[in-house]
Amino acid sequence: MAEEKVSSTGEEDSQVVNPWEVTAKDGGKIDYDKLIEQFGCQRLGADLVQRVERLTGRPAHVFLRRGVFFAHRDFDEILDLYERGEKFYLYTGRGPSSEALHLGHLIPFMFTKYLQDAFKVPLVIQLTDDEKCMWKNISVEDSKRLARENARDIIACGFDVTRTFIFSDFNYLGGKFYENMVKVANCVTFNKVVGIFGFTREDHIGKISFPPVQAVPSFPSSFPHLFADKNNKVNDKLRCLIPCAIDQDPYFRMTRDVAPRIGYQKPSLIESTFFPALQGENGKMSASDPNSAIYVTDSPKDIKNKDSIEKHRKLGANLEVDIPVKYLSFFLDDDAELEHIKEEYGSGRMLTGQVKARLIEVLSELVERHRRGRALVTDEMVDAFMAVRPLPFMFS
Amino acid sequence: MGFTKEQLLDRLKELQINFVSYDHPVVLTVEAQAKYVGHLGGILSKNLLLKDKKHRFYVVSALANTNVDLKVLSQRLGLGKGGLRMAPEESLQEILQVPLGCVTPFALINESAGTVSFLLDQGFKSQECCFFHPLSNDTTISLSSSGLEKFLTSIGRKPSYVDLEATPLVGKDNPPDLAAFVPSGVPGLSDSAEKAPPIQPPVVTQAPENVKSTSAGKASIKAKVQSGTTEKPKSTVNPLIEATDVEKVVEEIFAKFASAVQSEHLQNNQEEIETSLFDGVRKCITTDLQMQMMSFKNAAYSQGFQAGVEAVRIAMKNMSFRS
Repeated sequence: MAEEKVSSTGEEDSQVVNPWEVTAKDGGKIDYDKLIEQFGCQRLGADLVQRVERLTGRPAHVFLRRGVFFAHRDFDEILDLYERGEKFYLYTGRGPSSEALHLGHLIPFMFTKYLQDAFKVPLVIQLTDDEKCMWKNISVEDSKRLARENARDIIACGFDVTRTFIFSDFNYLGGKFYENMVKVANCVTFNKVVGIFGFTREDHIGKISFPPVQAVPSFPSSFPHLFADKNNKVNDKLRCLIPCAIDQDPYFRMTRDVAPRIGYQKPSLIESTFFPALQGENGKMSASDPNSAIYVTDSPKDIKNKDSIEKHRKLGANLEVDIPVKYLSFFLDDDAELEHIKEEYGSGRMLTGQVKARLIEVLSELVERHRRGRALVTDEMVDAFMAVRPLPFMFS
Repeated sequence: MGFTKEQLLDRLKELQINFVSYDHPVVLTVEAQAKYVGHLGGILSKNLLLKDKKHRFYVVSALANTNVDLKVLSQRLGLGKGGLRMAPEESLQEILQVPLGCVTPFALINESAGTVSFLLDQGFKSQECCFFHPLSNDTTISLSSSGLEKFLTSIGRKPSYVDLEATPLVGKDNPPDLAAFVPSGVPGLSDSAEKAPPIQPPVVTQAPENVKSTSAGKASIKAKVQSGTTEKPKSTVNPLIEATDVEKVVEEIFAKFASAVQSEHLQNNQEEIETSLFDGVRKCITTDLQMQMMSFKNAAYSQGFQAGVEAVRIAMKNMSFRS
């Protein structure tokens, strides 16, 4: 992991990290160490990465090797149960707020696909179209439409339809899912959500009552069509692992607090850093600022032009914040090549232009592969992924 | 401990017995079952587990509309007039290892059913579409009588049909015609007058399990059960699981291609192509191939899913049309 520097001491809460806002203190970098301490999760050390390699019999995903997924809660317990031959399932999600997906959005999905393939476990993907309706003031119809559009990009990441259930809140809420939402809601006071999410009395009640919606996919009984047996009984002991960006931690802190009180297992988490905006480290790539992001629909020329924004940055060839190298550390799979580039560039033997050229190559390949995959995602395929159906081979 | 539905279906596939499987809500009676599969034009079965006064058991599989008179059957078996009763519920679990409402000839695959006698209605003979529960009553499978015969043979039983509705006089001059169906206490010899395929029970005093393990049909089942490394003894893994494993398939395709390239090359050249070349190529294209293969899998599933939805729509339309 490149940045281990602790930022200058200031107030505890001067960097803001929650599901709706991410800004660093004083326009600096996000201090991940402080965040881990503040949130109370654990660092994902090299020993865990090695254990994953051993258990899955394959090299760890590039995001694990480079510390992109750097924090966790009880991931070791998931590995323990997997080693014993027990099962778990994956849960991740997206708030469909824009039609265009950028690379930052894809990161949890790329990683989740790897987890699905490596551990051979099922996955539920939640599209929070209701949340975006409330927070972004989009109409219900638009929200639902965006959810389906985003589902295409998600499917294009290469998920296995025989192990994956995608659902949108507007379509799926009800039944056992809703029963669990009420159970969770009964355990969380208004004061608590104010404390966790920063709600105020002026916030409308839709927002305030939303958190249970994102909490309950962690419980297998929310998905009887997947996890109930012939006698309609769900194994409540089935654990859930949630790959997500660290700004989602508050939802699951709340969930983990509530779970034992309603007789359920606490979900485990594996959390990532933010994908740096093209302008620098102070925030995360945001869909609302097109120049901060590289979109999956960008052509190689677009990518090249966006990179030139880098020219205008005041900071020099500082490896720690240098965007092209940073991006390469996310997406260049070859460890040896990355080390080589870092050395050559740091010592001045390699020029910025060369590094950027390699980056453009890597990114273009990624974007191109995604585009090819997406072209093969039809309406019928989206329907199949989103159908409420059993997945008989989900653990095979 | 008993076979599961999945294990049974795997076994049928292994034996290359064609069947069609229909899932439905749990049913406990033939009437309820008929609601879900009755319209498919096959023969529904009613299956009884019977017990005599000497605690010997009989499975009777009859056509749903065959009249089975227990008093007549009892006499034909030589058990006297009231010798035959419906077996108590706990025997279903103990002997056949199936739940209530689920008596089925397939339960005879279990070792616990080794001494159970089996009577098969001759109405099933040469039928293409016979409905039975495959060890669980939320599913019905339809198979031909020859398929059922093949199954029975595979578990060491000689399939023989009985006219269950016949009412021959039983008396001094007419010995009970089904007497051979009464279990004699030696497993494998109780099916019919004709001997079952050679079983070699060395000594009658041996426990049934040991004897069963030497019989041809059962040996393979037992061996597979013991060699399983997973907790649940599986006779085979569903072949579709491997066939749809994207990473495995890509690896196999690549290996095949690489070895073909090598052979072609060696036809005109002395030296082999370096394996490092293939490794490099593999590294380059594996991800793309895997993605493409996953798209293919997802597309095929989606097309199948569409077809399934349409099929249900059509079936429902037909149902309402008929009623």
